Parts: sequence; structure tokens; C-alpha cells
Amino acid sequence: MDKTEITQELATIITPYTEEKTALESLDENTDFIADLKINSANLVDIILDIEEKFSIVIDNDSMAQMLTVKDTVRIIQNKLNAG
Amino acid sequence: MDKIRVVITGLGVCAPNGTTMDEFTQSIKNGISGIRHQPDLEALGFSCQIAGKPNLSEDRIGQYFSPLELRNLNSTGIVYGVIAGLDAWKDAGLNIKHNEEPDWESGSIFGTGTSGIDKFRWAINKIDDLEIRKLGSSVVVQTMASGVNAFISGKLGLGNQISTNSSACATGAESILMAFERIQSGQATRMLAGSTSDSGPYIWGGFDAMKVCTFKHNQEPEKGCRPMSATASGFVPGSGAGALVLETLESALARNAKIYAEVLGGHVNSGGQRGLGTMTAPNPTAVQRCITSAIKSAGIQANEIEVINGHLTATSKDALEIENWKTALGTSADDFPYINSLKGMVGHCISAAGSIECVASVLELDQGFIFPNINCEDLNPEITKLINPKSIPQTLVNKSFNVLAKASFGFGDVNACLILKKYNHG
Repeated sequence: MDKTEITQELATIITPYTEEKTALESLDENTDFIADLKINSANLVDIILDIEEKFSIVIDNDSMAQMLTVKDTVRIIQNKLNAG
Repeated sequence: MDKIRVVITGLGVCAPNGTTMDEFTQSIKNGISGIRHQPDLEALGFSCQIAGKPNLSEDRIGQYFSPLELRNLNSTGIVYGVIAGLDAWKDAGLNIKHNEEPDWESGSIFGTGTSGIDKFRWAINKIDDLEIRKLGSSVVVQTMASGVNAFISGKLGLGNQISTNSSACATGAESILMAFERIQSGQATRMLAGSTSDSGPYIWGGFDAMKVCTFKHNQEPEKGCRPMSATASGFVPGSGAGALVLETLESALARNAKIYAEVLGGHVNSGGQRGLGTMTAPNPTAVQRCITSAIKSAGIQANEIEVINGHLTATSKDALEIENWKTALGTSADDFPYINSLKGMVGHCISAAGSIECVASVLELDQGFIFPNINCEDLNPEITKLINPKSIPQTLVNKSFNVLAKASFGFGDVNACLILKKYNHG
């Protein structure tokens, strides 16, 4: 799965967690979950669980702590997919 | 300085026999029961397989929660409380504002016994299956006792006291008294008050095991809950929520709000599990003292009480409760006020009982009626020895009256009593 496909899947996962529809539409690799999408930080763990389910991967605590932007999240998903 | 007068300007309910004010009003006037056979209780081998549960469609619930909130929502008590609370707010003519500033003058006292018991069970199973990381973010807010109030106050943007009280079956009546005191002490202009209780086997199981619920009416659910009847054989578990908006008379008049009734006063106390009081039985001295203290706090005479909304759960303790009222009010058998129990129609809604029953009481005062007691055509002779049967209406009485006393009693030997008065406009 390439970066574009992962980003698209990620956007779908994030949709219910944000009310910032404009920011969501213009989502790119620099989008920050909290600063741009105003996602409640408590929901970040729910997004991680959705990602794990969607991509059939397991995300460790250290990786989880880095997943605050689209860029870092896509990178981590890609690494896990490649490692699997 | 004169005492601040506190009035009720909004009502909301999520009861087994009605989840809108119109439906609930029609049900209580016509003695319509919300008790149903519960296949899950039968499948689990409960002795009592009937219960009262609010009937809500997914569409209705979807009007109160965002799609994200609904995704992992598994707490019936929070659903009932939010629906009743938001409905009461709207009924009071108050808008949900999306201001940056909270509404500093408005708060909420919303009680419960437990919260999200189904969610809690799910979380416990996940933990025991070594899947703790799959809990996500929704477990704490749905299982903390104050979860219901956290949802309500966030939706309404309330900035005054937000607190969840818990005093077993006295919870609902107590929440209203706490809200009243908050306003009367000048610390808030407006308070939402109410309580909620979860549905289902995991909340009702403990009562079933204690053998305090009836097991004789599984085939005729609507006849099962029989307060004041000679054949009362235990309570029927219920669930739901009731909510009331209380505010200063000044604020209600200033915004031209509909005033349903005035809260004159009330009292809460405990029998200390001394004398005849135990963990599960009330100390009669404390019950009587709670009633007389409430009357004193309201600044009225005992003989001004025209209607009593009792706790009356349909157990052998009903006659004792009548005796306590009679002693506290100092009446004869013939001048005892009207008395009724909503539990015949909705069951014992545990921590929600007091608030749902207060909503019914306020409707009676506002519209001038006394709802019928159902399932007591065979009145308990222990009760008719104490009071004239005419005090126990079994059909709707259309009558305008002024003062109502409402009491609720709970495990732990705790009591709560409120005195409500019709508000005479003009």
C-alpha cells in the first residue's frame, strides 16, 4: 500500500472525530491532528485502535506517542505494514 | 432579607410508560403500565422476569448524541439522563447556546446509583482477556458515577456546580433538594436537577438475589407491581430518568417562563441504622422526623398537605410507610390526605425513582389531578386499618390542589422529603 492509499484510508478513519470539515478536506501530510483538526486528545487512542483494526497491525506505545500528524502516522503505518 | 423563592420551570422524563412529557402525562392519568416481560431476565434464570424500561428508538437517541458519542455508547443510564435533562432544559424555554463562555449561573445536580454497568462489564471482560489496550477512551466517562452529568453539562455549557449525588432510592428526591438549596443560598440562578438509573440484568440482579422482587407475576407483567395491595409481593425493578429545571422566581418571571410549581422546602436525613433501622429497613423515627422537618422547612402546617406521593414500593413495608406519614402529619384515619404511588405503573426505578415521581407530582400540581393507584383493588387490610380507603384513589381524580409532599427512602436507612406547591399565577 503506498502513501496516498494509506493517507486516504486515514482520512476516512479520522472523519468522525473532527468537526473541522475544511481542514479535513485539505488534509495533507503536514496536517496536525490536534492543532488543525481540533481532535480531542482523548480520542487519539480511539483513532489508533481504528488504525490497528483497518490495517491489521499492532502499534506499540512508543510509536503511538509519535502519531500526532498525518506524516508521522503514515510513516509508522507503512513501517508496520512492511515489517509484517 | 426575604428568602429566595425557587420555582420549577422545566420537566423532562424518560420513564417505562412514557419518554416524552405528553406520553408520560397521558400514561399516568390513565393508569397505563410500562412493566413488560423481559426475555433476557427469563433466559438468565431470574426469579422476577418483569421490569420497567423506557422504550426509545435509535432515531430518538440520535437526536441527543453525536455519531461519535454513539459509536461506543453502552450506558443506558446516560442515555436516559441526557434525554430527560435536555428535554427539561428545552421545556423550560432555554436554548442550548454554543457560546465560548459557560453559563456561570446555571448548574446541575444529577444523581445515579451506578453508571454504565453494561460498559463496565464489557471493560472488565476485555481486561480479563488481556486486551486492556482495546478499551479506548470511552470507558471512564461512561462508568464514572458523574458520567451522566458530564454529558449533560457539556451539552448545555453549564458553568455552575456540576455534581452527582448518590443516596440509593432517595437519590432523585435528594438531587432536587440539593439544587433547591444551591439556588436558595444565592450560589446559582438556575439548576437542572434529576437522576437516572441503568436498565438490565446487571443492575437488577442483586435485588433479585435478595428476594425483594416479586416472582409471582411473570405471566402478567402489568399486574406485577402492587403498591398498597394485600397481594403486594415485592417490587418490580424499573429504570429511566427524570429531570426538572429549578430557578429563582425572579429569573422565571423576568424571562416570562412557564412556572409549573414552587419548591417550598424539604429535608434529608438518616436513621443511622439504629433502633428499627438497618441497612435495608427504615428507622420509623427518622422517616417521621424527615417529614416533619420538611414541613417545618417549607413553613407550612401539616394539615395543608393535600396529596402525598409516597415511596410505596409494593412490599410488606407499605403499611409501615403509611403509619409513618400518619404519625408525622398527626392526622386521623379520615382526614389523611390523598396518597398515591407511581411504582404500580413504572416499577421501582431505583436511583431514578425519586426524580421520575417528582415529575409526576409536579404535573399533578400544575394540571390539577391526582393520578390513579393501579393494582390495589385488594387494599392491604393493614393499611385500611390506618386510613380511609378514599385517600387511595384508584381512578383519576380531577382536582386542583395546592400542596404536595413527596418522599423517597433508600437502602442505608436514608430519607428525603420535598414539599411542593402549586404556583398561583398573577
